[in-house]
Amino acid sequence: MMKQNRIRIPMPLRYLINILLTVALWGALTALIAGGVITNYWSGILVTIGINIILAVSLNVATGYLGQLPLGHAGFMAVGAYAGSIYMKATPLGELIRSGDTLAALPYMLVALVLSGVVAGLFGLIIGIPALRLKGDYLAIITLGFGEIIRVVLTNIDSVLGFKFTYGAAGLKQIPKISSFTLVFICVAVTCLVIHMVMKSRHGRAILSIRENEIAAESVGINTTYYKVMAFVMSAFFAGIAGCLYAGYLGSLFPSTFKFMKSIEILVMVVLGGMGSMLGSVLSATVLTVISELLRSVGDLRMVFYSLALVLMMIFRPKGLLGSYDFSMSRILEKALGFLFRPGTRKAQKKGGAAK
Amino acid sequence: MKRDPRTVTKLVPVPSTNIIPERDVDKSPILECRHLGIDFGGLTAVDDFNMAIGRTEIAGLIGPNGAGKTTVFNLLTRVYQPTRGTVLVDGHDTAGKTTTQISHMGIARTFQNIRLFKELTVMDNVLIGLHHEMDYRLPGAIFRLPGYWRGERIARDRARELLGIFDMQDMVDYKAGSLPYGAQRRLEIVRALATGPSLLLLDEPAAGMNPSETAELMDNIVRIRDTFQIAIMLIEHDMNLVMGICEGICVLNFGRIIAKGTPEDIQANPAVIEAYLGKKKEA
Repeated sequence: MMKQNRIRIPMPLRYLINILLTVALWGALTALIAGGVITNYWSGILVTIGINIILAVSLNVATGYLGQLPLGHAGFMAVGAYAGSIYMKATPLGELIRSGDTLAALPYMLVALVLSGVVAGLFGLIIGIPALRLKGDYLAIITLGFGEIIRVVLTNIDSVLGFKFTYGAAGLKQIPKISSFTLVFICVAVTCLVIHMVMKSRHGRAILSIRENEIAAESVGINTTYYKVMAFVMSAFFAGIAGCLYAGYLGSLFPSTFKFMKSIEILVMVVLGGMGSMLGSVLSATVLTVISELLRSVGDLRMVFYSLALVLMMIFRPKGLLGSYDFSMSRILEKALGFLFRPGTRKAQKKGGAAK
Repeated sequence: MKRDPRTVTKLVPVPSTNIIPERDVDKSPILECRHLGIDFGGLTAVDDFNMAIGRTEIAGLIGPNGAGKTTVFNLLTRVYQPTRGTVLVDGHDTAGKTTTQISHMGIARTFQNIRLFKELTVMDNVLIGLHHEMDYRLPGAIFRLPGYWRGERIARDRARELLGIFDMQDMVDYKAGSLPYGAQRRLEIVRALATGPSLLLLDEPAAGMNPSETAELMDNIVRIRDTFQIAIMLIEHDMNLVMGICEGICVLNFGRIIAKGTPEDIQANPAVIEAYLGKKKEA
């Protein structure tokens, strides 16, 4: 009865509204950058925000939706970053970017992004199959170990079969700088879209059911192992893409970037935003990136701030800023329309009266 | 949910499946347990459990607290791996199967301590039960191909239909955890039915319900059996319910079957009376 006041926007129109809003946001930000309102410094931060959003949203799949606690997200990011960078360095991408021939560079960029995602996803599969037999703390430790293994290997290996690939601790340099604001924006939008589409399907529901109650999920015929691994791989895949964008933004890679603290930083974003809420991850990734930029002057003290924020959060809002609330622009629009027009309240009463 | 009428048979739990009594010779049970048993360390929780359930039978499993009733359910669904014995579902051995595979073989269950997907909506709970009714794959979901829309629409219609059994169609948007206790129990049954089982295991379906709710539940259990033509096995302490709707009853005490038969047999059985009320003092 309550719902009569709400206008239901038909499905295709909803997608259209969301697409239009996303494009509008991109247009506005691009215009602001072109107009100089957003300075070069801040447009760089926008790119970092985008990368962090992808990281947070992808970790949210494993943490918020699947309900596991992996601590090796930076490891998948590193794998993606190195895979993408090595590929990009082997192609004429650097030349093309420098000469401003974006159109010719596009296929290389796409391949690099997909490749980094696939390689990271593959690692997710290899790690996920044994790791996901464990639960809770054990899974956290095993993924933590994996993340550290990746970093240590990258630090100590500088050539494979005589080919110089990763350059060890000295770092991989002169990576083509592909991560323009537009590319990162598109990647963020695609990541959110794909994860949203998966979560609102039978596969997504299966993943959620594992978080809610694993025994019950099994008893209704959900193949829990399969869906755990699927969520884990999906999480790793997008972390890999974020890694590639990160490499393409900085132009150089050092194994020390992907320390355990990086994984924790991403986890903090997810927990702060609310586990299982994509909007929460997006918001807290944005806010935390901006804050840590502003706190750059105090250096490592910002980690104190991080910890403090987490402690306060756990005391006052243990479910995170948004809990598991998920944002839907069209739903808000529907409510607004329903409020404005109120179909079927007064009119229906009148009609009912006339019929009598 | 149509079943071959030839296979629709009824039989009460038979005393022993090793020597099958004459009356059951030409009938194929949906579930058959032979010498089923499990030890937890040195404790034998269930031992030598033999029973068979007909294809459209309502069977009851009763016994004092701690008799091992829920353990039997956990053995049937392979939440526990049995130490001894075999379970045949529709003639197929379940050895080495996982809980998921058991569900695919046609056994669905509810839990004594309700295990709903609490943070999800009522609709989502039932849709998860209908997981295998939809056949679109991951790309179909990501790109929203026609198969996705078709699968989702059919599943949602089916979910509403199933919720209609308990008049719960209006609750689809509520969180499962926010429902009243009785409704949660009913939702669990709906979710189990959504998997399209041929045997439904109900673990204390009437627990925490008032008498009128229980009476309604009894009608509904019989109605479910009649509409879906499935077998139902239930654990229950409410004797009105058990004696009212069960066609065959199996009494368990200390992990062993102490009596089997029709409700009349069970009520008159001295071993059962002893298990529930204790032995009469010798005068």
